[in-house]
Amino acid sequence: MTATVIKDAGERALLPPFTDEHEELRATIRRWVEAEIAPHVDEWDEAGEFPRSLYERAGELGFLGLKYPEELGGQGGDYVHDAVWAEEIAAAGAGGGVGAGLGAHTGIATPPVFRFGTPEQHERFLRPAIAGRKIGALGITEPGAGSDVAAIRTRAERHGDVHVVNGSKTFITNGARADFLVCACRTKPEGGHGGISFLILERDMPGYEVTRKLEKLGWRSSDTAELSFTDVVVPAENLLGPEHGGFYLIMANFQWERLLMALGAVGAMRNLLERTLAYAREREAFGRPIGRFQAIRHQLAEVGLKLETSRALAYHALREFVRPEAERRKAIAAGDWAHPAITAGLDEVTKAKLYTQRAAVDAADICLQIHGGYGYMREYGIERALRDLRLGPIGGGTDEIMREILGKRLGL
Amino acid sequence: MKICCLVKEVPDAAVQKRIDPNTMRLDRSGEKNLNPFDTHALEAAMQIRESGVVQVDEIVAVTMGPESAVRALHKAVALGADRSVHLTDPALEGSDVNATGYALAKVLESEQPDLVLLGQQSDDGECYTIGAVVADHLQVPSLTQVIKIDVAEGKLTCERQAEYGYDTVEVELPAVISVGDAINEPRYPSLKAIMGAKKKPLDTKSAADVGIDTSEVGIEGSKTRVLAINPPPAKEPGEVFEDEDTDETVNKIVAWLEERKLV
Repeated sequence: MTATVIKDAGERALLPPFTDEHEELRATIRRWVEAEIAPHVDEWDEAGEFPRSLYERAGELGFLGLKYPEELGGQGGDYVHDAVWAEEIAAAGAGGGVGAGLGAHTGIATPPVFRFGTPEQHERFLRPAIAGRKIGALGITEPGAGSDVAAIRTRAERHGDVHVVNGSKTFITNGARADFLVCACRTKPEGGHGGISFLILERDMPGYEVTRKLEKLGWRSSDTAELSFTDVVVPAENLLGPEHGGFYLIMANFQWERLLMALGAVGAMRNLLERTLAYAREREAFGRPIGRFQAIRHQLAEVGLKLETSRALAYHALREFVRPEAERRKAIAAGDWAHPAITAGLDEVTKAKLYTQRAAVDAADICLQIHGGYGYMREYGIERALRDLRLGPIGGGTDEIMREILGKRLGL
Repeated sequence: MKICCLVKEVPDAAVQKRIDPNTMRLDRSGEKNLNPFDTHALEAAMQIRESGVVQVDEIVAVTMGPESAVRALHKAVALGADRSVHLTDPALEGSDVNATGYALAKVLESEQPDLVLLGQQSDDGECYTIGAVVADHLQVPSLTQVIKIDVAEGKLTCERQAEYGYDTVEVELPAVISVGDAINEPRYPSLKAIMGAKKKPLDTKSAADVGIDTSEVGIEGSKTRVLAINPPPAKEPGEVFEDEDTDETVNKIVAWLEERKLV
């Protein structure tokens, strides 16, 4: 049924942490993507946008609320169900753009609202987001602050009950059409980690402006925007999480974002391998299928190895990340940021993110090469995969930052 | 109205099918799935319920098969069935189509549905006949290859897809209707439905529970015997005309067709 299943023993063996139920969900997501997304991916890539109605459709089918409780309109699942979603939309051929647009909504914009939001914020933002009626975005990166989060300069000054926000954000996935932006702002003038807070900005607030929709190498069907804020008045009820405690919120979110990217890369590689194998069996040169030439066979073996290594790392990181989830929730509720559950899985997630993103670019490059001239043409979607996947070693923390984290974790 | 959907666990479409030379039966080891055609029957049942034309009190998924067939029932429940019945008994192993139809009819006798729906074929055996066999045992009308169902109190108007076109047939209930895959697009089961499937009632029944005469089922009770299994004869290789002189090639092709009285 799917490539997460080991078939050598006949009966399927499930790779932990996935169970039969997860495989059912996988099959459902796959069927949906194949029927309603994959046939349009190239057209949407060309147009630079996928239809907004896709959020509503995904919401209707429950995909936007897999890990959220039923009381909020969610499906009552957990992070592992969301992991299936991240991997399978990529594996079934939704492409990087659609994956990014839906993924930013489910994977990075709504989780902080769920984790840190008040019941009232859940009602105002999370419930409509789960239904696909409101689109969410996460705003951290600025023209002068990417991986260096402490350098954020967008200011939120407190005036009585409200914050007044001035500044700008860039590279914001879903930025142009987001109804709400979970936005990192500096709330203390002194620099460093201590003075960052999150505010939920809404698109119709005066002074909130989409300055530019950005043109990109890949992920073309997802909207990526530059935003500017001029004296945006944000009421107190839109403060998300503890005032000045936003840095922890960012850190808590980064882990999951990176893990989702690792799983997405695994899915993308499954898709690439499947398609390229089919091509290598079918395409003939010098009287035989090209897959029968050692040069091609060895390259495909390499792609298979990259996929399996990526999968092993990503699933391992997923297991390590989800294991202490109950404790993590308690620690967040108690504001105990030094609790080990907060950073559980940090090494594993960092390694998985670092390895898988480059592996996927390399795999796409090999697959394009095997497709020859057709691989370079638009109609096969292979060149799109390469363009889409090139974001991986940059977004969600660059490869360089991943190595820095790992180096420091070695005590250096 | 009560609807029973007959479902079957079959080898997954991705699994290479082979006949076990020892048992002369299909090797059903490996990955399995709910017969895709049966998902259309379940969807048809759900659409009858949702149409509101008649009140559907219950949709029950029924299968006969080994222990693993429970997974097919879970899938059927995730797609909308309210509960399921699993007929399983070593005595049933090796039953042919007729014996299977008899056994399923015995389960249905105890369920007393107004309507029985099933996929027109299974993805493994592909006999297309089980619906008719069940209906014969139940002594109720049967329609096959149905691609449209209009429901009214006590009867159905069905469109059948036949080789020559379409039949529109009115049938009184109770009836057994096997549906084609053109009838609908099965829904996507939600995660909630998938997770909830194991919590829905599942009755496990033995042959004795539903009053099956075990001399009528299993290998011994089956009236068909597989004597030998042979691969289909290989196709003769075609004749290739190399095109050196097009006029000559055309003449050769025309002569070839004329020789076989094809033009």
